[in-house]
Amino acid sequence: MNLTLIDYGAGNVPSVERALQKLGAQPMRASTAAEFEQATAIILPGVGHFAALIRVLDEKKIRAPLLAALNRGVPFLGICLGLQALYDASEEAPDLAGLAVVPGQVVALPHNVKLPHMGWNQLQIQPRATPSRLLRGIPSDAHFYFAHSYAALPLQKKAGTVATCTHGSEFIAVFERNNIHAVQFHPEKSGASGAQLLQNFLALAAAA
Amino acid sequence: MTLAHRIIPCLDTDGARVVKGVNFVGLRDAGDPVTLAARYNAEGADELVVLDIAAARDHRPTFLDTIRRVAAKLAIPLTAGGGIRTLDDARAVVRAGADKITVNTAAVTNPALISELSREFGAQAVVLAIDAKRSAAGDHWQVMVRGGRDATDLEAIQWAQQGVANGAGEILLTSVDRDGTQKGFDVPLTAAISTAVTVPVIASGGAKLPEHFAEIFREGAADAALAASIFHDNIQPIGALKNYLASKNIEVRLQC
Repeated sequence: MNLTLIDYGAGNVPSVERALQKLGAQPMRASTAAEFEQATAIILPGVGHFAALIRVLDEKKIRAPLLAALNRGVPFLGICLGLQALYDASEEAPDLAGLAVVPGQVVALPHNVKLPHMGWNQLQIQPRATPSRLLRGIPSDAHFYFAHSYAALPLQKKAGTVATCTHGSEFIAVFERNNIHAVQFHPEKSGASGAQLLQNFLALAAAA
Repeated sequence: MTLAHRIIPCLDTDGARVVKGVNFVGLRDAGDPVTLAARYNAEGADELVVLDIAAARDHRPTFLDTIRRVAAKLAIPLTAGGGIRTLDDARAVVRAGADKITVNTAAVTNPALISELSREFGAQAVVLAIDAKRSAAGDHWQVMVRGGRDATDLEAIQWAQQGVANGAGEILLTSVDRDGTQKGFDVPLTAAISTAVTVPVIASGGAKLPEHFAEIFREGAADAALAASIFHDNIQPIGALKNYLASKNIEVRLQC
């Protein structure tokens, strides 16, 4: 497997890399367009501001090759901002276009709760025809570590919404649609359950 | 299904080793930070904080190496701080593996530091540490700096609100009056700050018994609680503490 980790300078790239290495994977950091052509699995970690991620994708001309890889069916996992980047746009940086792989807007969580949504929370797993591949073998009451103030709201629970979480409002926590996978929490910081989720991604990528 | 209350062990280090002692007095060795980090990660700690309480410029590379080795043991978030005075100091700490950075004295001296850090790393990565002490008249809490030794003119509630306005995503609130006493967390202080700000508050100082943790979550409105020596010395194992809190219907993360 040619596991490519998009390195746009996010703080959590080294932790994601370390978590994958502990599972026996050998991720390669990529920050140029050419490095995506050989990718057989792609992980987009992210933490911080929506604008920082989108600007780097465009400055380094990564957007087009990334979208091409997604269209080729390359297994993809977006983490935190890596989930938010899949949408059309975000209220955090309204002038910038997201990857628009998933329709919808990323919005600010409501201010009737403490923000950022910081810490360990549980998922509400949605009824689906096919069971989640990312959550395989993980107890349904497991906690995952979140650190964000913006989120994708499940206005219409589309086929891709695997699990939601609630903090002020209900938002998308786990998304899966064909080769596109994304989580709002940080599996690299979520103990054994997070490691299992990353392992599940590696397994599905190896089988693809 | 609500956000779990976090239990956070804190490693006070001299850069290389975990030390114990109040306000730099009577420091004694309390172990290897990497060994303790691995233990807390396995025991179900929700996060870890590692501080350089000596924070001397000349041993900075040693502390960064400690962060690197601690981070390698963790599958939970890591906050690091002590002696972060500039954006470059913070960058080095993040590059070494910290998910969040905590600033205290330097933020008082230069409040713009908080917004610089928040712009660079996001508010979720910026923890404003406040050491607060009840004023002599008893009518407010004063912000203390330099390890709780020096008083400032700042009032703690206003400083917390200013820090959040400047971009801090979390407050690490230490009660100087309670720190080291093992008499329990400072409930009035924590409740006052926690209800005055919109970000999560970590209570610190004075913990010993499981009841102290239940009290600070229930009555102090704390989002997380931090302690050091009671965990290092195994006076209060983390697993047993969380089981106790769960038995009192306080939301915690039991699986790890």
